[in-house]
Amino acid sequence: MVKKPKPDLRVEIGSCILENPVMVASGTFGYAEEFKGFMDLRKLGAIVTKTITVKPRSGNLPPRTCETPSGMLNSVGLENPGIGSFIKEKIPFLEDLSIPIIVSIASEDKPDEFLVLAELLDRIKAVSAIELNISCPNIKKDRLISQDASETFNLVKAVRGITGKCLITKLSPNVTSVPEIALAAQEAGSEAVALVNTFIGMSIDIHKRASRINSLVGGLSGPAIRPLAVRMVWEVYNKIKVPIIGMGGIMDIESAIEFVLAGATAVSTGTANFIDPAISLGIVSGLRKHMEDNNIADLREIRGKLKICAD
Amino acid sequence: MTATQVKVKIISNRKIKNNCWRLELDSGAIARSASPGQFLEIKVCDEGLPLLRRPISIHGVNGSRVQLIYEVVGSGTRVLSGRRKGEFLDIIGPLGKGFEYGRKPVGKSVLVAGGMGVAPLLFLARRLKPAKPLVLIGAGSKEQLLCLQEFKAFGCRMAIATDDGSAGFKGKVTEMLDRLLREMPDAGRPGNIYACGPQPMLKAVAKICRGHNISSQLSLERHMACGFGACLGCVVSTKSGYKRVCKEGPVFKGEELVW
Ligand SMILES: Cc1cc2nc3c(=O)[nH]c(=O)nc-3n(C[C@H](O)[C@H](O)[C@H](O)COP(=O)(O)OP(=O)(O)OC[C@H]3O[C@@H](n4cnc5c(N)ncnc54)[C@H](O)[C@@H]3O)c2cc1C
Ligand SMILES: Cc1cc2nc3c(=O)[nH]c(=O)nc-3n(C[C@H](O)[C@H](O)[C@H](O)COP(=O)(O)O)c2cc1C
Repeated sequence: MVKKPKPDLRVEIGSCILENPVMVASGTFGYAEEFKGFMDLRKLGAIVTKTITVKPRSGNLPPRTCETPSGMLNSVGLENPGIGSFIKEKIPFLEDLSIPIIVSIASEDKPDEFLVLAELLDRIKAVSAIELNISCPNIKKDRLISQDASETFNLVKAVRGITGKCLITKLSPNVTSVPEIALAAQEAGSEAVALVNTFIGMSIDIHKRASRINSLVGGLSGPAIRPLAVRMVWEVYNKIKVPIIGMGGIMDIESAIEFVLAGATAVSTGTANFIDPAISLGIVSGLRKHMEDNNIADLREIRGKLKICAD
Repeated sequence: MTATQVKVKIISNRKIKNNCWRLELDSGAIARSASPGQFLEIKVCDEGLPLLRRPISIHGVNGSRVQLIYEVVGSGTRVLSGRRKGEFLDIIGPLGKGFEYGRKPVGKSVLVAGGMGVAPLLFLARRLKPAKPLVLIGAGSKEQLLCLQEFKAFGCRMAIATDDGSAGFKGKVTEMLDRLLREMPDAGRPGNIYACGPQPMLKAVAKICRGHNISSQLSLERHMACGFGACLGCVVSTKSGYKRVCKEGPVFKGEELVW
């Protein structure tokens, strides 16, 4: 029997080359230093930082998290030190890791803040890509940019105009059609899309007759959202050409492969990092083994290769 | 020691009274490096629900044994109470910043525990043993009092308060603390007050200590998703902004908190 060559785990996200397709989702991995005692960070495919804004943000009033059936709600509200401190205090550690660093950014008031942030990050060598978080449900706004295709297009286009870095757009699941927004991001020059951000949810303590988190509503994540997220990745995969970074309740190797079969080029662990801080590396080795066992040389062979179940 | 994720063997897991259980784990590394006020994040089951870990304070260490006590209050602690001797438990720890105490504490130390608040304070009492701290314990009733024998064994002086007066002072442990401080001669005033218990109790301790111009160290509880500083879920308001209970705490100076 002819053995296939060793599996090649490398994937391309636009101009970024990842040694393996496993990344960590924004806001669930801090600035990576929180995890250094648990794992060898250099073995990750890429790291996405907590979302950064122009000014420091103290975030929402606590309580900010609660557990829900197979998931959790959060309303952290983008607490972060602001771009100045981020560059000074967090970049040096990330730079030393010598793996792709993706910085997630968001605006608080005006979309122009994205341009300020992108311009600053464009000059930093350690930054491989910029992820546009236009989908955070936890900042008080009537509507998110990612809930409107033309706003998404305009924003991505504007940022595209000022940076040559790889651009990723993070999409919200809280829309009628994710593919429509994904298409707008692609047309405007986004080199990849990341989905999904959290679903807007709510949970009530019946004894206190009160919401479980201070902001009333928050973002739902974890295994509870996985089937919804897989469906959205599949829909988007069938509409666009650029790579998809899939996430939503990935807890183990099986759920990671599920996203690849739905069409994801890379996957991100989110909530799982809180429970099992080194799970992302467990998924990397599990993925390698799955490829060896199934004679898969490159994930391209199975990406989006989904059959329809029949009796 | 930085926190690590390890699987540790359950030496015993027994009900002590009412809904309270004592869990003993075998981990030399954690037993050696843990300090009072620190906690563990426990995955109560390897598969299935609940999803998130549960934070429980370190109650004591003995050789390579780590002791915890917990009250069954919901699904996570219920599942934990079903775990048996000989099984392995996935834990992360030791986590957080514990109580500050010198080798030779200045002035007397007073420990104030409400309900399950005895959990981290017994560990502290053990470390403060040579200084013979005064321990004030409060509970709803006599049946709910925990760890009296253990504190006595460390040579602590004790005072008890119960809401219904079934043992000791009738009333809140914080009323007892206030009276005690009023009656104390200036020279005998405590140098440090350490407290753990429900939020209203801690708030009252902070206020009383402020009134008497004594520094307090309070161990707080907040819902947390990770326990090691990543999720920013467990923040508490302080004079220098939000701080993470899991990382900058769970022990905070009463003077620093904004209530
Ligand atoms: C630093 C720290 C140390 C603690 N030490 C002890 C201890 O030594 N002994 C003990 O009995 N309890 C301790 N607690 C409280 C303990 O964590 C909760 O009682 C436990 O998480 C309840 O889980 P549950 O699933 O049984 O209850 P549920 O009410 O069903 O839990 C639902 C969710 O709320 C969270 N939650 C509920 N109550 C609390 C609480 N008081 N604090 C934080 N999160 C909570 C749970 O973790 C879970 O995510 C500590 C809490 C913290 C933060
Ligand atoms: C506590 C918490 C904080 C988050 N913060 C951010 C954030 O700052 N920016 C962002 O784009 N997504 C944020 N997310 C969303 C995650 O990146 C991810 O999209 C989502 O949690 C779904 O993945 P999961 O189910 O695996 O957690 C956050 C999620 C959680 C649970």
